[in-house]
Amino acid sequence: MLNPSFCDQIKELVGSSNVYTDSVSLLSYSYDATPNYQSMPQIIVEPGNTEEVSGIVKLCSEYEIPIVPRGSGTNLCAGTIPVDGGLVMLFNRMAGILEMDEENLTATVQPGVITQTLIEEAERKSLFYPPDPGSMKISTIGGNINECSGGLRGMKYGVTKDYVLGLTAVLPNGDIVKTGGKLTKDVAGYDLTKLLIGSEGTLAIVTEAILKLVPKPESKKTMLALFENIENAAQTVSDIIAARIIPATLEFLDQGTLQAVEDFAQIGLPTNVEAVLLIEQDGSPDAVVSDIRKIEALCRENGAFSVEVASTDQEAAQLMTARRAALTALSRLKPTTILEDATVPRSKVAEMVRFVNETARKFNLQICTFGHAGDGNLHPTCLTDARDMEELERVEQAFEEIFAKAVDLGGTITGEHGVGMMKAPYLSWKIGEEGVNIMKSIKAAFDPKNILNPGKMFGKSTRKRVVIRS
Amino acid sequence: MTTPTTLQKQFKERMDYDELMNCTRCGFCQPTCPTFIETDRKESSSPRGRIALMKAVVDGVIEPDEGFERELSLCLGCRACETACPSGVKYGQLLEDARAIVAEHKKVPFFKRIFSNLLLHTLIPNRRLLRVAVLLLWVYQRSGLQAGLRKLKVLKWISPSLFEMEGSLPAAPSPFSRLKNSSAESSVSFFRGCIMDALFVETNQNTIDLIAAGNEEIGIPVGQTCCGALHAHAGDQKKAIELAKQNICAFETGDHEVIATNAGGCGAFLAEYPHLLKDEPEWAKRAVQFSRKIKDVSSLLNEHDQIDGFEASPQLVTYQDSCHLKHGMNVFSKPRQLLKSVKGVEFVELDNAGMCCGSAGIYNLIEQEMSMQILDHKMEDVKRTNAAVIVTSNPGCLLQMRLGIQRAGLEDKLKAVHIVDFLHEAQTK
Ligand SMILES: Cc1cc2nc3c(=O)[nH]c(=O)nc-3n(C[C@H](O)[C@H](O)[C@H](O)COP(=O)(O)OP(=O)(O)OC[C@H]3O[C@@H](n4cnc5c(N)ncnc54)[C@H](O)[C@@H]3O)c2cc1C
Ligand code: SF4
Ligand code: SF4
Repeated sequence: MLNPSFCDQIKELVGSSNVYTDSVSLLSYSYDATPNYQSMPQIIVEPGNTEEVSGIVKLCSEYEIPIVPRGSGTNLCAGTIPVDGGLVMLFNRMAGILEMDEENLTATVQPGVITQTLIEEAERKSLFYPPDPGSMKISTIGGNINECSGGLRGMKYGVTKDYVLGLTAVLPNGDIVKTGGKLTKDVAGYDLTKLLIGSEGTLAIVTEAILKLVPKPESKKTMLALFENIENAAQTVSDIIAARIIPATLEFLDQGTLQAVEDFAQIGLPTNVEAVLLIEQDGSPDAVVSDIRKIEALCRENGAFSVEVASTDQEAAQLMTARRAALTALSRLKPTTILEDATVPRSKVAEMVRFVNETARKFNLQICTFGHAGDGNLHPTCLTDARDMEELERVEQAFEEIFAKAVDLGGTITGEHGVGMMKAPYLSWKIGEEGVNIMKSIKAAFDPKNILNPGKMFGKSTRKRVVIRS
Repeated sequence: MTTPTTLQKQFKERMDYDELMNCTRCGFCQPTCPTFIETDRKESSSPRGRIALMKAVVDGVIEPDEGFERELSLCLGCRACETACPSGVKYGQLLEDARAIVAEHKKVPFFKRIFSNLLLHTLIPNRRLLRVAVLLLWVYQRSGLQAGLRKLKVLKWISPSLFEMEGSLPAAPSPFSRLKNSSAESSVSFFRGCIMDALFVETNQNTIDLIAAGNEEIGIPVGQTCCGALHAHAGDQKKAIELAKQNICAFETGDHEVIATNAGGCGAFLAEYPHLLKDEPEWAKRAVQFSRKIKDVSSLLNEHDQIDGFEASPQLVTYQDSCHLKHGMNVFSKPRQLLKSVKGVEFVELDNAGMCCGSAGIYNLIEQEMSMQILDHKMEDVKRTNAAVIVTSNPGCLLQMRLGIQRAGLEDKLKAVHIVDFLHEAQTK
């Protein structure tokens, strides 16, 4: 039970119509897009501005009540599950684009703004906000910043952290800090902006962000290359990069994924091939044409039996939208879909894909793989049934081996989905005990009472590393 | 009083758990959901939220309390979420099942029960009674009673929104108008519907004429009745099943290959009889055969190459999708193609045309506030098109658009028309 006087003070602060404690509301924020995680919060609060956020945090600090900041709950690491109950903070009332500065090429936004809304608003001014996670129609900028989300355009344009110039944030004691600004250059002290990006709501609550925009590319072309085997597709990825071409998008989908996506999108994707690459290049028209021609040649050299360039913008958009639906579409096949986020250096994509397939066979599991091949960020996705405990155990084992392999290849346990609760046991595999220790001290310095998104990032237990024989 | 636990037990026993599990909670459905948008992104008023709530009730995590029922009731049942869902979750069926369970356990207040029994059980499925009601409406409108009462604004005292709605009712057809059947030995049979049959006799006749003009024999099987959609959406599954069986029997006579519909809501529901009758083995096969034949009039006309035969005076025309036609029957390009084919018509796409207008069966009566909020936003989109005509494919949408026009004060600039009537008038011969 929450302290009644705490509730009264919260209501007084933000107005009682912005506070919910009924069971329907509580349940609605007990889950996010991560399968198999659920826990009930005790109170939901929608603040309207930075000062209100600060006031809420002060109260929570006083009463030692956990706070889970939540965007749209599309994260895939159980990052917004209120494991210890407490308060879930929503930003639906803080969803404005405050400024589009066309002279400095920046946008100042509140955390609740939907990623796609910002992208569209920028494009209306012939500007461009590149980070475009598959979830961009739903996810919020606050969530993107705290997961440091990457998108389909990550290969050429980078990820969210490359576009955050400054933040306004509320610390766990209620203090308001401003970091960075509309500056390209700034070395005054530690880079707090970068520290807060990807901090998964464990260090501070972001209440405003200054984002970098770039000019909108003049033109773009999208193409689909079909391969009879996975290795050839993966080799093509390496060859494209070796040829010093950086496409805006270079996505990989295997047969299982293709089938599921086509089932949903019905746009005539081929379902009888082992792998496809979805490639997009943008820039000046001449450069785009020349790059696309070179990429096409490389695809053919690697045995692609069909390379087709989308003839209209609409067709291109359809392809990209279909790709974004891949994860959810896969869940048509089995009741539970467990998606992972193993990432390797781009030259190792082929080896990693092969390993995933071998592991699936070894453990008798159905694992489909798709992902941002261009940046080595793969999503091996296991189709299973949460009710089948025996199989789930094998899934766990398989993914342990997959993570271990990724790390061995110089990769990481998560490329963009974050650590949250899901990857917490594996964190030390990537950064070592020393890394975990320094991160823990940073957390303690920001949040000595551990009230901000507790239970995330640092797991209660750590997995022992499995030995991989290659 | 039924205790929540028995209700909970019913949920556990009767909800399709696999379908609930199918939802990955990705949220792709959310941006398409009108109630999610209108509540400023309230998770519990979204498809993902509602599915999570149903699952939580089944899992015993929450009780099916008033708040839960509230969210079920607030859903339009427009099924835009289904079209958007990459995982293929059959949300409409989940909703219908959940509503049926809740409705069966609910002690409905006496007057409401009498009213809904009267409306859903007595009036709507009974062609003759419905005619009497329309006759009364006709008398009311023609006798000057309506004009008088409107002047006195009597209804406005009782309920301002009822007053508004009553004003947007179409002129009742003359009690002497009857559907002219074209042929008994036909390849196409016509589903006449209940409301369509009573209030929109002309539209039904126009449908028959248009189809017949495409050299297709068309007949109207006797014994058919209301499709049952209104009943099912209100949670009255039993009555819906009864009506479904009656319709299946009626359309089993003769050997037509197509059953033509001109109301999106009816068409989509008829096509879903197999789900409705899933627990009745002896009906399952017949339901499948029946549902396979359902075809919307726009699709039918498109097939018949009638597309060159239309001409109208130059005008800007836009189209509001019928949710169930689009999301239930997957028909959305056909009506547009037809409209674009009319010489003289300049077609302008309506922003968010696929988003529900808030009519949704009897939703605009039960959830008036939300319905009007959605409608007013819809009219803002319509205004931006500058169109002179807004075309729809379902009687509910048509009435709702007329109400919207009235609320936005656009009566002299904009009219709402059923696609069949629009095409009928544009027909050259
Ligand atoms: C189908 C699908 C496709 C996806 N594709 C991609 C992809 O291509 N690339 C990618 O990187 N990710 C992807 N994701 C993951 C997810 O969408 C991203 O992590 C996204 O950024 C989360 O945004 P959100 O608004 O839903 O945040 P939430 O999930 O609500 O929150 C994410 C984290 O941010 C914290 N947080 C949120 N707002 C604030 C704030 N204002 N202050 C402090 N902390 C805050 C939360 O506590 C949590 O730890 C995908 C997810 C799905 C379901
Ligand atoms: S789109 Fe489908 S799978 Fe995703 S949350 Fe909505 S219903 Fe669930
Ligand atoms: S049926 Fe319509 S209103 Fe109901 S949840 Fe789906 S999209 Fe929302």
